[in-house]
Amino acid sequence: MTETRFTGTDSYVATPDLMMAVNAAVTLGRPLLIKGEPGTGKTQLAAEIARALQRPLYEWHIKSTSKAHHGLYEYDAVSRLRASQLGEEKVRDIRNYIIKGSLWEAFDSNVQPVLLIDEIDKADIEFPNDLLRELDRMEFFVHETRELVKARHRPIILITSNNEKELPDAFLRRCFFHYIRFPDADTMDQIVRVHFPNLKSELLREALASFFEVRETPGLRKKPSTSELLDWIKLLLAEDIPPEALRGSDAKKLLPVMHGALLKNEQDVHLFEQIVFLNKRAGR
Amino acid sequence: MLVRFFTDLRAGGVPVTLPEFLSLLEALEARVAALSAEEFYYLARMAMVKDERHFDRFDRVFAEHFEGAEKLFEKLLAELPPEWLKQLTERLLTEEEKRRVQALGGWDKLLETFRERLREQKERHEGGNKWIGTAGTSPFGNQGFNPEGVRIGQGKSRHRRAVKVWDARDFRNLDDDIELGTRNIKMGLRRLRRFAREGAAEELDLDGTIDATARNAGLLDIKLVPERRNAAKLLLLLDVGGSMDPHIKVCEELFSAARAEFKHLEYFYFHNFPYERLWKDNRRRFSVVTDTWTLLRTFNPDYRVVFVGDATMSPYEIEEPGGSVEHWNNESGRVWMTRITRHFPRLVWLNPEPEDRWQWTPSVAITRELVGNRMFPLTLDGLDRAMRELKRRGGTDGGPHSRQATSPGHPVDVS
Repeated sequence: MTETRFTGTDSYVATPDLMMAVNAAVTLGRPLLIKGEPGTGKTQLAAEIARALQRPLYEWHIKSTSKAHHGLYEYDAVSRLRASQLGEEKVRDIRNYIIKGSLWEAFDSNVQPVLLIDEIDKADIEFPNDLLRELDRMEFFVHETRELVKARHRPIILITSNNEKELPDAFLRRCFFHYIRFPDADTMDQIVRVHFPNLKSELLREALASFFEVRETPGLRKKPSTSELLDWIKLLLAEDIPPEALRGSDAKKLLPVMHGALLKNEQDVHLFEQIVFLNKRAGR
Repeated sequence: MLVRFFTDLRAGGVPVTLPEFLSLLEALEARVAALSAEEFYYLARMAMVKDERHFDRFDRVFAEHFEGAEKLFEKLLAELPPEWLKQLTERLLTEEEKRRVQALGGWDKLLETFRERLREQKERHEGGNKWIGTAGTSPFGNQGFNPEGVRIGQGKSRHRRAVKVWDARDFRNLDDDIELGTRNIKMGLRRLRRFAREGAAEELDLDGTIDATARNAGLLDIKLVPERRNAAKLLLLLDVGGSMDPHIKVCEELFSAARAEFKHLEYFYFHNFPYERLWKDNRRRFSVVTDTWTLLRTFNPDYRVVFVGDATMSPYEIEEPGGSVEHWNNESGRVWMTRITRHFPRLVWLNPEPEDRWQWTPSVAITRELVGNRMFPLTLDGLDRAMRELKRRGGTDGGPHSRQATSPGHPVDVS
């Protein structure tokens, strides 16, 4: 029997509220809308659920030009027209020219699949409204072949959004909603340990301390996120930097080593430098 | 009691609908949450709140409504169907523990005693050996030590108790009360859409293809056309004066909505009233400025101009040279405004102050006159009227000003 409750995986730390959200969505077959700061693992969640519950994963990445029907199917009229010119045999069946989208493939799956609709806020503001019936009833109609496609098993649908656009109420009503908060220091400690099991605890403590210090700098344009912290630690490990180097006792070295992984634009680097400098001076 | 929670949420400003409430009940019935206050809190929030800005309101109502969450769960349990409780405990107990349950006379006996005690018990209880409560050795309760105990609620540790989760009110700064959300603004701005075909040809032109194929004696000749895009051009001029501070939020919303909706969007800032210079970066407003003459030369009259400002200032700031509060202006604001309105026939002024207050400020009346009475309040209705106004003037395409239009393709009105 396959696992039915999600409790995080060996490479993904799920907080109790997140587990609850996922399990409720799985049990009731409702789409789960995930929001949160960039880099908190929204997109990764779907892959981890699929892995933990041993389900196939279908991904549908939304772009600004995406239309709702791209996820269902597309009718390739042009190649059929071409084929008819060449007198090919397969031109007689319209089915040969219907290209399935991710949603259709997920509906077709033999076991309950996981479907990720990534960054739904990138699309046009009417996009979510065009998917209401599909997500509600888990079925749609193919006009070209006059067949009704129904989901064999209600897929576990995860939808991520970066808040670039507000989503329509009718759509929100049909989803469960979870906001991934930025992890607190304890959870962050766990997350880093999951990714770097052999990390010395001394280095980890120093790295986390400087990370949270950078994050708490007021006025940063882009706060570093979990994924950036992981990159940074990877760099520190690769360069074999000793924990002492991270301790900001040296007044000349104001910025943490390899800060390029944490601060992504020059205004932020500059701002951070100034603030650290002021703090140091005030401390004396 | 949950129905009252639902109505309290609505009264507390959380936009919950009946289907969402029903889905919470459905989830409770499907036993998604174990019987702990914390899990109930997460489940309720997930099912009924769809925007992190409302989390704080939800937390407040929740805290008020379920003051003393333990009591709540005692009450809830009294209403529980016995099968539910039985299944729950069966899941939680090991085989050995289940055998020990028999020591008390089996499940039915246990549950009967349980209900009996619920009836007897009136108050919250802790540490005893008979009543249902926490940390005791009674067979019922949480965090107890009796192996025969039915564990009620899965308080994982005493330090992360559910009550704290909502009492912490971590989402306080995400809460705001905007009546004019980005989405609403976008819907308003949509009135301005003018679709035109521009850019790379990437869409199949079905009519063109059929036509060309027919002319080609039946041999397929595919025609492509560029995709239709919104070709309306917008010039946004925003007041960043001190009196605008209370309206920053709504201006940001307007700005971000406009930015997403228009491909050709330009914006400039001014302080109180436009004079001979405008700027794009408010932090460098004295060093990097744009000459208003340059603005008039750069942008064609087919740009639609939207001023956003409260127009609240001393009348001298409009009428007199040197009236500006920040610098010496050689020509009065009135002169500059007249130049701008003359150059851009399609222009409106959005005022975030409520319309009924306008009459009390003389400068608002003057500004209104200067923009030809095209001042609208920054509300949904006002935005709608403003867009209609911009559109109406848009109908005069081909007038004396359109000679400068340089955009490729001919914009077509379709909406």
